[in-house]
Amino acid sequence: MWVTLQITFLTLGLGLVLALPISFGQVYGNKWIKALIAVYEKILRSIPELVILFLIFYGFPKIGIRFSPFAAVIIGLGFRSSAYQSQIFRGAINSVSSAQMRAARSLGMTNLRGFINIVLPQAIRIALPPWTNEFTIVLKDSSLAYALGVTELLRQGGYIIATKYEPMLIYLTVAVMYFIVTIAINKTLGSVEKRLAIPGFDVKETVR
Amino acid sequence: MSKERVVLRVENLKKAFGDKEVLKGVSFDMKEGETKVIIGPSGTGKSTLLSCINMLVTPDSGQIWLEEEEVTSAKNINKIRQEIGFVFQDFGLFNHLTALKNVMVGLTKVKKIEKDFAKEIAMKELTRVGLEREANMYPAQLSGGQKQRVGIARALAMSPKIILFDEPTSALDPELIGEVLSVMKNLAESGMTMLVVTHEMGFARTVSDEIIFMEHGHIVEQSSPEEMFKNPKNPRTKEFLFKLSELYGSE
Repeated sequence: MWVTLQITFLTLGLGLVLALPISFGQVYGNKWIKALIAVYEKILRSIPELVILFLIFYGFPKIGIRFSPFAAVIIGLGFRSSAYQSQIFRGAINSVSSAQMRAARSLGMTNLRGFINIVLPQAIRIALPPWTNEFTIVLKDSSLAYALGVTELLRQGGYIIATKYEPMLIYLTVAVMYFIVTIAINKTLGSVEKRLAIPGFDVKETVR
Repeated sequence: MSKERVVLRVENLKKAFGDKEVLKGVSFDMKEGETKVIIGPSGTGKSTLLSCINMLVTPDSGQIWLEEEEVTSAKNINKIRQEIGFVFQDFGLFNHLTALKNVMVGLTKVKKIEKDFAKEIAMKELTRVGLEREANMYPAQLSGGQKQRVGIARALAMSPKIILFDEPTSALDPELIGEVLSVMKNLAESGMTMLVVTHEMGFARTVSDEIIFMEHGHIVEQSSPEEMFKNPKNPRTKEFLFKLSELYGSE
């Protein structure tokens, strides 16, 4: 369980750190930056996660880049998540209308100040529900680490089955553990969402 | 109130979007405490003119002066924008902030005024537009008329030298227009310098010192309201005013 959570948080964190500048580039960058990011995204969103992981773990050593299984999982899933997360932030920033920035500029705010004080606080609220969704997707995808031999929740279950031979019971237990964590994430971020909600202002984004 | 000092001077302002010329050399000036209303058919560059004055839209040529400072060549446009209030047709209130915070944010984040003092100023301006009880409500909880009054309070709080109104009542239901116009009327009477793009002829007639009639990127005619309504010189002005009076009934 611990390893699963580690994979989830590190993947999500790496994805977030990459996604923020990527989404800025998508919204505010020039056409070259936008084109470059579009290619990055298309690639990562079109390849199955498992293929990405195999490519990094088994393929990269052929060009002299070697990772531990754990690191390969974080990098592979993290980059993939960055593509999805950047879409979430890009959409959120874009959906805060340009009239908000215009009003901020009319008060004498710089672009940066307007972004920080006016656009970002609204964008975060819009991004939260889909980001919560991405969080749970990353949690479930962490089970792909199984394929590289990382001892996460699923493989741990596998080891226990090997000695006890109770696949139904053990896999059900594993499923319940994923279920509990997913619900916990949803509940926690859902309450954050409620706390941040703007009275009378409906955020129309819903969870996929 | 001295009506001699020129607050705003616009000289031969031109702006084109692509090959469509929107402003074809507009010149006028505004003295301290004056209220001028710009009227004219839609698509004649009225809103573009206002947006050019605080450089939200960059003009192609011509000069704009705010008192002694040239706006069009300003190094620090953000500094000048603090002195030019802008009231938007669609209000432009910050959705995530209460009415009070909407009015405060320019003071605390731009002017760096200390929070308690900013709050005091903001409350004073909200009271002035009759919204002291709505201070802690969010924009989505306010009516259109209330939103626009917050918009006006937000502009006022910055103690601007002039306030530009871009069709401030066009997005409002008819029954809400009155409350906004009466706030604007009080403002004009208190000596605020105001440049207003509007279709509200009643307001133009009773409140403004001068009416500017614009068409196709030109100022066709500018004169006092009495002159404009009783005795328009240009046939185009006559035609436009006639159309309006057909639509709204002559007042």
